[in-house]
Amino acid sequence: MPTFNEDRKIVDPPLNPGDGAFFDAAAQGRLVLKTCRACGQAHHYPRTMCPFCWSTDVHWEDAKGQGEIYTFSVARRGPGAPYCIAYVTLDEGPTVMTNIVGTDLDTVRIGQRVQVVFRHSENGTAVPMFTPIAP
Amino acid sequence: MTIKGKAYIIGAYEHPLRKAPDHSVAQLHAEVAKGAIEDAGLSRTDIDGFFCAADAPGANAWSLASHLNLEKLRHIDSTDMGGCSYLMHVAHAAQAIAAGKCNVALITLAGRPNSEGSSGTTVRVRGTNLPESPYEFPYSPVNLNLYAMSAKRHMHEFGTTSEQLAWIKVAASHHAQHNPHAMLRDLVTVEDVLASPVISDPLHRLDSCVVSDGGGAIIVARPEIAKSLNRPRVKLIGASETTKHQSGGKIDLTYTGAAWTGPRAFEEAGVTPADIQYASIYDSFTITVLLQLEDLGFCKKGEGGRFVMDGNLISGLGKLPFNTDGGGLCNNHPANRGGMTKIIEAVRQLRGEAHPKVQVPNCRLALATGIGGAIGHRHGAATVILERD
Repeated sequence: MPTFNEDRKIVDPPLNPGDGAFFDAAAQGRLVLKTCRACGQAHHYPRTMCPFCWSTDVHWEDAKGQGEIYTFSVARRGPGAPYCIAYVTLDEGPTVMTNIVGTDLDTVRIGQRVQVVFRHSENGTAVPMFTPIAP
Repeated sequence: MTIKGKAYIIGAYEHPLRKAPDHSVAQLHAEVAKGAIEDAGLSRTDIDGFFCAADAPGANAWSLASHLNLEKLRHIDSTDMGGCSYLMHVAHAAQAIAAGKCNVALITLAGRPNSEGSSGTTVRVRGTNLPESPYEFPYSPVNLNLYAMSAKRHMHEFGTTSEQLAWIKVAASHHAQHNPHAMLRDLVTVEDVLASPVISDPLHRLDSCVVSDGGGAIIVARPEIAKSLNRPRVKLIGASETTKHQSGGKIDLTYTGAAWTGPRAFEEAGVTPADIQYASIYDSFTITVLLQLEDLGFCKKGEGGRFVMDGNLISGLGKLPFNTDGGGLCNNHPANRGGMTKIIEAVRQLRGEAHPKVQVPNCRLALATGIGGAIGHRHGAATVILERD
């Protein structure tokens, strides 16, 4: 029997100063990454200072929104279950925590190619998640 | 400069309760402090160093210092790194003693998550201003699925199986059957573990530790004091600590911070994994044990699954007796933090005071290691190596 859950309530992201731009972009259907002009590397979660070279010359760049599943787990018990938590390695480099949605969770596998989709938290904030790219 | 031989564990006490609805957290701390100082044969007024972590009421040392009426404190340390804090405290106490900052250090842990309905499947809010929270909370990272993601990746890279992970619980249950205080005293089989419900793929209910009330305390003192007492002496000979995290998005969940603390602690102690006769390995989940065994060098990376099979962790049967009190998997996990009980059982083994059915004969060298936080996103790690004089 396939496992779907599109009804899970998504907790609102608890924003601190500086977090707005990421979620504003998400509301426009864009996944953005903080990227460092000094060392050229993208990182995640986003910071005001590059975690690799400590340069403060970081800026937002649009990501392609595609990557592959590094690992995942389907939670079968607890609030909101079933749901699939995962780390996705984006084509730009960073591996990001996310949920896999819009698919039979029993078919999720490591190495699967995925693309970003957006779901809304309880207060309507757009949150990036990922769904398998049709083969 | 080394802490090798600069301090001894002279007192240890584990609270007997696993459910304490009528105890306050401060009362539990007080009872374990009293138990440990009496075990050492000393008294309140001898204590001049105090160590606690965020399980203390107020997440700080001053309330408990007041509650216990510690009046001669010269050194205070409320380092919090989750469940491995107490392993760090042992090393910090040795550093403080070596530097002449204190003579007799008390370390306490206590909590009542069993009475308070704590669960491994709900998100633990660790603060309101954490920079990572907006990028994690919406995805429901809970302890179980964070460790499960590590297990899943380890299975993918190395072929580790659920049957192999189950052997870790089986070994813990073999030890817990002899512990009258253990929450889970029934022997379990690999089949029992695999038949228990999957909580977060690939981890089952029986891959998880218990949720218990209780606590524990230890006393660390300078060598002259240890040598004045009529007890088997447990000497700290090596220690190391670290943190491991997401590294800005360059994530590898197949190893823990023990990969760094293990080699450093062994180097300081001047011993190797092959010398260790007993190991207390932090066991929040079966996968936690497997990863640390590899990281500490008891086997090669990727071979942990084969290492733990066929009872290799069972005292009297396998090559590396582990968690002979039943560990967090079967005995207790007070305050959702397993570091203190790891030290206490290592002390019992070195003193020859473990249960006779699980006592390692002539145990002279033991290791205790721990993880605080979650392997799946960020954690602390600490390792101590202890020797009987």
